[in-house]
Amino acid sequence: MGVVFSFLVVMALVLVVYLGVGVAGLRGLFGVVIPYAAFLTFLVGMVYRLIGWAKVPVPFRIVTTCGQQKSLRWVKRSRLESPYTNFEVVLRMLLEVFAFRSLFRNLKAELKGPNLIYGSYKWLWLGAIAFHYCFLTILIRHFRFFSYPVPKVIQLIDQIDSFFHIGLPHLYMTDAVILAALTFLFVRRLADPRLRYISLASDYLPLFFIYGLVISGILMRHFFKVDVVQVKQFTMGLVHFHPVPPKVGVIFYIHIGFLSALMAYFPFSKLVHMLGVFLSPTRNLANNSRAVRHKPAPWWKKPKFKTYCEWQEMFKEALEQAGLPLDEDCYKDKGKKQ
Amino acid sequence: MAKMPKPEELIKTIDYTPPEKDWMDDIPPKFLPGRYCYPAKPHILEEIGFPNPREWSPTDEDWKLPPNWKEIILDGIKDRLSKYRSFKVFMDICVRCGACADKCHYFLGSGDPKNMPVLRAELIRSIIKGELTWQGKLFGKLAGARKLTQDVIKEWFYYYYQCSECRRCSVFCPYGIDTCEVTMMGRELLHLVGCNINWILEPVRNCFIIGNHLGLQPHTVKENIEYLCWDIEEVLGIKIEVPFNKKGAEILFVTPSGDYFADPGIYTMMGYLILFHYLGLDYTMSTYASEGGNFGLFTSHEAMAKINAKIYHEAERLGVKFIIGGECGHMWRVKHQYMDTATGPAPKNLETPKSPITGTVFEHAKSTKMIHICEFTADLIAHGKLKLDPSRNDKYIVTYHDSCNPSRGMGFFEEPRFILKHVCNNFYDMPENTIREKTFCCGSGSGLNTDEFMEMRMRGGFPRANAVQYVRDKHGVNTLACICAIDRAALTTLMNYWVPDVQVCGVHELVANALVFPHEESGERPRTMDLRQQPLKPEDEENA
Repeated sequence: MGVVFSFLVVMALVLVVYLGVGVAGLRGLFGVVIPYAAFLTFLVGMVYRLIGWAKVPVPFRIVTTCGQQKSLRWVKRSRLESPYTNFEVVLRMLLEVFAFRSLFRNLKAELKGPNLIYGSYKWLWLGAIAFHYCFLTILIRHFRFFSYPVPKVIQLIDQIDSFFHIGLPHLYMTDAVILAALTFLFVRRLADPRLRYISLASDYLPLFFIYGLVISGILMRHFFKVDVVQVKQFTMGLVHFHPVPPKVGVIFYIHIGFLSALMAYFPFSKLVHMLGVFLSPTRNLANNSRAVRHKPAPWWKKPKFKTYCEWQEMFKEALEQAGLPLDEDCYKDKGKKQ
Repeated sequence: MAKMPKPEELIKTIDYTPPEKDWMDDIPPKFLPGRYCYPAKPHILEEIGFPNPREWSPTDEDWKLPPNWKEIILDGIKDRLSKYRSFKVFMDICVRCGACADKCHYFLGSGDPKNMPVLRAELIRSIIKGELTWQGKLFGKLAGARKLTQDVIKEWFYYYYQCSECRRCSVFCPYGIDTCEVTMMGRELLHLVGCNINWILEPVRNCFIIGNHLGLQPHTVKENIEYLCWDIEEVLGIKIEVPFNKKGAEILFVTPSGDYFADPGIYTMMGYLILFHYLGLDYTMSTYASEGGNFGLFTSHEAMAKINAKIYHEAERLGVKFIIGGECGHMWRVKHQYMDTATGPAPKNLETPKSPITGTVFEHAKSTKMIHICEFTADLIAHGKLKLDPSRNDKYIVTYHDSCNPSRGMGFFEEPRFILKHVCNNFYDMPENTIREKTFCCGSGSGLNTDEFMEMRMRGGFPRANAVQYVRDKHGVNTLACICAIDRAALTTLMNYWVPDVQVCGVHELVANALVFPHEESGERPRTMDLRQQPLKPEDEENA
């Protein structure tokens, strides 16, 4: 159900843009107003979400330790899996964010006869890392439309990405890989009964938005070619706040439409994991809670409990019979107070 | 108690394929015997001041929730979302990648899809969306949102008491989403409307009022320990005294009360006492802070703090210099990650722990002033301060179970292994995907070690038992060592069911077996028995 709904949403989006630009000629709306609004939604939304999380205290230091703690001097500790200092925490987070460390641990459990077997299962990691790095590279590549002159770094990335010189214009490797990765991420959701069971419309929708974005981009570059000079004028216009929507094929507006949809959807969806991962308390704290006191949250109140003296009053006889010493200080304090 | 199926029959019922029906509509769950715990008795709730005490059963149609239960739960969710960043972030950022799905031992042992950590969190997440966000209200199921109904409460009760808060899933989650936090919140919310289990709340009540989970009064604590001292005398030929409530002692020793009298925990307890006597340690136990464990952790953050606070209070009253904690799993999660924040700072009389025998300063505990007995003992062994004869443990072929909490909440892997490798000659680790940070729960953690929950315990413990079986078949392992009081009881039951020829022991039981006293070394009275009063060498048994 979720997958069908998401697919219909994406189709509707294409249709709306086609009608809006191709038939009604609303280039200003679809080229300028909606993209600006979507970008604004993205920025404001993400900042809002970030502030929303940051405002909530971290009452306890609940690190998930995946390696040996720091204890005795001769015990070899794991700096990356059980960080003790903030510097080590930074390293752990870098590994998590840039290498998907935790996902790399992934295993697949299978019941074979009476035995549980755990095999290494890195496909998810591979698919995820391929997808994210391609997306990032493609995003960076696009800055050639938003800068003049185009910085050397972006030119270089562009050259490397089209290194194999397949076709003209050259095929980008990232375009091919991201399609493969997206297909893997999509197919596994449908093919694995457990994943199908847990997947919601909101799991398919972003995949489809990105599919649409990538496919429309590839189509525009290789098949329904658009006038790049006009596009560049337009994108530079966006940067300088006086954009003139280009008179190019609808495919360009569909591309922009998908981008806008993705940006606007971002802060309201699971895609906020992009920022949320940095605030995950099981990963971004040092495992040093016995050496450095983690300050309690402002709302935390020290508990009321039965004090020793109250307890002694209750068990006085039992203590005396068992020959256990009574604490005379309990009575002294009482005397003072009275 | 429901009749248990035979192990081979139970395995056949495990199927990881989820049902056709959408999980959101598949409520309430069927309350099958052996898969849920009995509710807390009304007088227990009254005594600890928890809301809605009443007689009820999970199999009842009407759970007698308070009239405004819905409002209470929703306010409770909002309150917690504003107090715990963990909860808020974890509710927001899950992408349902499914990496956690087959990491949960309850899922691996039952195949029930709602035991996949992702869905366990989704049980609350869907309510937050459906009741508290406009997207959820607008798009309903499409947004993964649903409404809060009484059936949802039943579902929560069923599945938040089928999670042992072991945190294995959080190791594999790319965002570190910790189902333990989710389960803790779920249980806290359920407390607000009076849905909770007796096996957790009775010990909590006992701890609040009497001082330990079992409700042992001070004279009973002392008597129990004295019985153990007599047994020690049988084995060692020397009489030892255990100091209680002794002011001015250097060290306060705190350990879970389960080890005062439950087999095989008592042998671990005897192990500590023998070690302390060997060292001539200036320590004391307390009949007031007589519980190291903390079922409050399985109840609420407030209950956890209330139980733990007694330890610092007692350490202050007795004027000790530092605290040693015994072998216990969840206790050490509290001591390591919560104690200082929740009930600290440590009283002024406490100092950075320094071993009186080796002079080692435990810098990593300079704020809490509390160290693990295994840290203490490993340091002694490393300095050659213990005369050990590992051959006394030769009849044991040992493997080691990493308890969940010290593993993933502390990073405690090498210290106990170092000790084991010095006190016994035959040590084999289980397969690497089932130990250390990837260790499997005993199936009975987080207050679920009760008899009425037996089927689920055996199912949840299946991955652990299966790994033990592997090393039994490969290396002939016959002993499963652990550093957790719940483990000692629960793993014993688990082994009886799945791998009957493997026995369970604490690390310090093996330490004491191997410890050579001067009078033994001189040949005055050589050791012939282990702590269980069995001959040290099996052939002696045959001859006898």
